[in-house]
Amino acid sequence: MSLSNEEIRHIAKLSRLHIDEEEIEDYREKLESILEYVEKLQELNTDDVPELQHAADVSNVFREDEVQGCDSAIRERIVDNFSNREGDLLKVQAVFPGITNGSGSAGENRTQ
Amino acid sequence: MDVSTMTIKEALEKMNSGDLTSEELVKSYLDRIEAGNEHVNAFVFVAEDVLEQAREIDKRRAVGEDVGVLGGIPIAVKDNMLVEGWGSASGSQILEGHKGAYNATVIDRLKNAGAILMGRANMDEFAMGSSTESSHFGATTNPWDKTKVPGGSSGGSAAAVAAGFVPVALGSDTGGSIRQPASLCGVVGLKPTYGRVSRYGLMAMASSLDQIGPITRSVEDAAIVLEVIEGKDPHDGTSVELSNTTVPALIDKDLTGMKLGLPKEYFVDGMDEGVKAAVMEAVEELKRAGAEIIDISLPHAQYALAAYYIIMPAEASSNLGRFDGLRYGYHSNGENLQESYARTRGEGFGPEVKRRIMLGSYTLSAGYYDAYYRKALKVRSLIKKDFDEALKEVDAIVTPTSPSVAWGIGEKFNDPLTMYLSDIYTISANLATIPALSVPCGFVKNLPVGLQFMGRPFDEYTLFKLGAAYQERTDWHTKTPS
Repeated sequence: MSLSNEEIRHIAKLSRLHIDEEEIEDYREKLESILEYVEKLQELNTDDVPELQHAADVSNVFREDEVQGCDSAIRERIVDNFSNREGDLLKVQAVFPGITNGSGSAGENRTQ
Repeated sequence: MDVSTMTIKEALEKMNSGDLTSEELVKSYLDRIEAGNEHVNAFVFVAEDVLEQAREIDKRRAVGEDVGVLGGIPIAVKDNMLVEGWGSASGSQILEGHKGAYNATVIDRLKNAGAILMGRANMDEFAMGSSTESSHFGATTNPWDKTKVPGGSSGGSAAAVAAGFVPVALGSDTGGSIRQPASLCGVVGLKPTYGRVSRYGLMAMASSLDQIGPITRSVEDAAIVLEVIEGKDPHDGTSVELSNTTVPALIDKDLTGMKLGLPKEYFVDGMDEGVKAAVMEAVEELKRAGAEIIDISLPHAQYALAAYYIIMPAEASSNLGRFDGLRYGYHSNGENLQESYARTRGEGFGPEVKRRIMLGSYTLSAGYYDAYYRKALKVRSLIKKDFDEALKEVDAIVTPTSPSVAWGIGEKFNDPLTMYLSDIYTISANLATIPALSVPCGFVKNLPVGLQFMGRPFDEYTLFKLGAAYQERTDWHTKTPS
């Protein structure tokens, strides 16, 4: 199993991971050796084998779709964990660059 | 008073008879932590209010109130389980400064049962490792030999119990992360059946494999703790209502008529000769206790590790998508949102976590899904079927927990595949969703060896029965590191 440096860059991008150029070789080598190891599954004929879909023998566990309140202390702790906020709102960079909303400053969107 | 060998059961008896208070008990453990933790690094945080919690229990016990099944017993919690108001980092820089907004279900259940939450135990970053070396808080060492690893990823939990810092710790097990460190540290570790214990409030690694379980000194203690944390929880859709519960008092130590399977595929190359000898001697002891030993075959055993290293990273890459640097923890600002994600995650995650995320993204990506992920799910079915068939014939399966005893710190750290191979005997139980218990069964070069029992889904009782009978006939679990 061989991977190109270009593939490593692509996988890192899919994973939203910044990888330094000098690290790429090390990731490539280690990922290749793991992929080479898992290759042994191809020895098995699994044409008629079903996939194990649900680890617990239950699927589609539903509950009533109703609004449940959140304890105010829990809510406060969740908000306290935000890395950047304005009041109780989570402040993030623009999701769609170039589009600004009326009230926010350029390049910033608000979401709750 | 020496608390280092005390079991939960003994401590409860002493507290109930008035010979010991929870405050004295907790104080003794705190003294041990203060003297030893700087060398072991099992705890990354010790709660400030533990003596207060203990005094509260003592007060209630003194007036005859019901203080719960674990009333006054201190417990360590792995750093990937949320406790309201505590820092909670999964051993990662990316969760620097993050605090638990609510209690995990297991934490609520422990508190309701009167347990004293002692602190957070160290772990491999996001539970991805077998040695507890990848933690942002530094490596944990093995209390038996501080130049050796404690195993992982629940190495802090296992080392805390082995070092006599607490009588019990919670760990989480995705491919062996409770049992393997329990084995390497000479203590008991249980991975319950998938669905037995709620994972609400546990930071998910691989959702179809993760389970929470206890690490203790005795098998009976593991049963006591399991009974507190198990059962259905509306917050975890995979948790089930149990018809048969584990009542520790019912542990029957007579093994007459029990059938134990010895899988030939587990006793091949790669296993340390000393480990093999210790395990075979334990098998003889079980025979003397009345069990019948039957040779069995698990034909797909050799494919378990490969299937696991496709399924686990695939699920982990998806679960770890939530660490975006916005809602909690570490944040590194880039030119735009995408760049901020990449920087935060590139800087905040360690190398092994990044490798697994990338591996998962790769095997799930267009063109590779069928060849890797779907194939692995099919092989997982075959592995589960092997166990279902074998467990029709026998009551439980006996194997080593780990192919070797604890290795040197740094020895396997830069070689992921070699590190992965240390979980070769534990991974199958997660893939097959069955319960598995590791019990100390001897020493090789003064380092502990673990014996693993695997059983039918939701039949933890049989594992407790076997483990308790074995511990009654041996004294490995009473030995402590000097």
